[in-house]
Amino acid sequence: MAVARPVLKITGLHKRYDQLEVIGNLSLEVRKGEVLVVIGPSGCGKSTLLRCINGLETIQGGDIELNGQSIIVGHTRWNLVRQQIGMVFQSYDLFPHMTVLENILLGPMKAQGRERAEATKEAEAFLDRVGLLDRKDSFPRQLSGGQKQRVAIVRALCMNPEIMLFDEVTASLDPEMVREVLDVILGLAEQGMTMLIVTHEMAFARAVADKIVFMDQGSIVESAPPDIFFQNPVSDRARKFLNIFQFEGVKKEERHND
Amino acid sequence: MFLGIETEFIAKALPLYGQAAWRTVWVAACGVALSLIIGLFCSLARYYRIPGLKSLAAAYIELARNTPLMIHLFFLYYGLPRVGLTLDGITCGVIGLAFLGGGYMAEAFRAGLEAVSRAQIESGLSLGLSRRQMVRYVILPQALAVAVPAVAANTIFLMKETSVFSIVAVADLVYVFRDLIKEGHSNENLFLLTIFYLVIILPVSILFNRWERRLRRDGIGH
Amino acid sequence: MESAISIFLEGRNLARLMEGVWITLKISAASVLLSVVFGLLVGLLMISRKPALQAATRFYLEAIRVMPILVLLYMFYYLPDKNWGLHFEAQTVAIGVFTLWGTAEMADLVRGALTSMPAHQRESGRAIGLTEGQVNRYIIIPQAVRRLIPGVINLTTRMIKTTPFIYFISVPELLKVGQQIVEISGMKNNMASFWVYGFIFFLYFLMCYPISCFSAYLEKKWQN
Repeated sequence: MAVARPVLKITGLHKRYDQLEVIGNLSLEVRKGEVLVVIGPSGCGKSTLLRCINGLETIQGGDIELNGQSIIVGHTRWNLVRQQIGMVFQSYDLFPHMTVLENILLGPMKAQGRERAEATKEAEAFLDRVGLLDRKDSFPRQLSGGQKQRVAIVRALCMNPEIMLFDEVTASLDPEMVREVLDVILGLAEQGMTMLIVTHEMAFARAVADKIVFMDQGSIVESAPPDIFFQNPVSDRARKFLNIFQFEGVKKEERHND
Repeated sequence: MFLGIETEFIAKALPLYGQAAWRTVWVAACGVALSLIIGLFCSLARYYRIPGLKSLAAAYIELARNTPLMIHLFFLYYGLPRVGLTLDGITCGVIGLAFLGGGYMAEAFRAGLEAVSRAQIESGLSLGLSRRQMVRYVILPQALAVAVPAVAANTIFLMKETSVFSIVAVADLVYVFRDLIKEGHSNENLFLLTIFYLVIILPVSILFNRWERRLRRDGIGH
Repeated sequence: MESAISIFLEGRNLARLMEGVWITLKISAASVLLSVVFGLLVGLLMISRKPALQAATRFYLEAIRVMPILVLLYMFYYLPDKNWGLHFEAQTVAIGVFTLWGTAEMADLVRGALTSMPAHQRESGRAIGLTEGQVNRYIIIPQAVRRLIPGVINLTTRMIKTTPFIYFISVPELLKVGQQIVEISGMKNNMASFWVYGFIFFLYFLMCYPISCFSAYLEKKWQN
């Protein structure tokens, strides 16, 4: 099998806030159709990494290439770059003054200048896929958190991006709504969407990822296929991090003594 | 009688007050419209930190908000002709009201713009919208909705402020009142003055109230 | 510029302008003080659960808000005098009407400060076993005061900016004094109106701007 070309290529990325180094010398590649899941403790720089790729943060060193074109060197027209990158945020951030459909059509029609009829058809097809076609004329305030997040995903998808970035998209959802959102992302993975996902949902990460990237203190500590990473993490830090998600039954001893 | 009112006088004075009320309305409308434009322009200059304009707008806002309309009018009408700029009363009134109102409206819009969250802006950016599209489709609709209650309060305030226009010889309601009361009939004149201000201001106040309620219901704005 | 200075140095012109400032400040201060006292009372009435009281205070607030202050001034200047032979000094009428208006504004501030307090503030006070009085004293009132004070300071500048209205009932406030000076000096110096009204503009700014800054500072400081 021929190796697919990298959609996203990051080399030697540095990101500092004043004196504080958030990301130091980070390199990463995402190939077409590949799903990378970035995990790591809070403040490790994983969300900042996504924000740098989308130009929401300026970087202090290194290069980011999208489809072989640097988006750092030279004069970058970020609005054009961002049209090729779909980003979904933790807090969904639908536009409160627009209906679901208007939210989705804003980018395709205004930023990309597409025809309403054609964009609407695509939007409705996506909405149908995530089970929300009947809500297309609702306002965001009438939707649950999980529904809003599914709309936010459709909004990004409708731009037909080269790559999708997911920034802890289930972190502010009630537990019973997490599943419906993750299922949508799993569906995208099956269809071969290129994705870079930041998440704390370990079981989901394992199911969806082609490769797990473990970050700590602004750099990649280890990266491996999910089965290998979750069963046999190489680094101490990864092992420690994974232990957070394990609980020992504390009452076991007492029960034995009964 | 406790408060005697002569209907004959009322019938006679009614057309005079009616005309004056109409004049008050359209002078106020011009002033408010201009102040909305000035206010929006100033608030955007500050929001986008446009060099030069930003500080100019800030200085203007402080001047407008910390001085009374009557002194603006005196200066425009009596002061400026001395340096070669003579304006008629109505022009002075409209300029004065726009100068005052622009400062207040700018603050109303500023609060609205600040209420649009960083997350909303990033969300728009990540869709690849250009700066202009962001302002038009994402930022302004939300900012204006948040600003409506303050804009409403300012509009009512400015309409009431027009009551001083008689000092620059605009024949508004108070002008007619001051003219007619010299001949007595204070109860009748007060009655007409009050009624006509109610007729002008109350509908505007009610319309704004409805609009605010609708925005609240829709969950846009505050 | 020389001619400008000479206007203010002539006779008692500068002193008279300062007297105008004094009257403006005196009337503003008296009205604000009275408004705060009455406004606190009316504000508490506004949040009472009695529908009649709510309706009455609401009517009062809306009626005051919809009427130009100048109309209220004329009302209280002419009505008692012409109908019942009660003649009040123009300055008394001014303070009365400004208090009537200020009380409505203050009451609305009080209502806003109290009703915007999240319910869980009171609940968490009760939860740690405080009495109703202690909850008010240690939790509600200190927070309400912080919300109120910037508004009260703003009311002061609004009051100062409203004082020129009493020109219409012939109180010798700043503008009236300025006008008299212009009438006399204007005969000799045709730039008089430009400088005198320009100076009064500046004086108003000098009275209001520091107060506005202080209010903005407090608001910022207490925001968090």
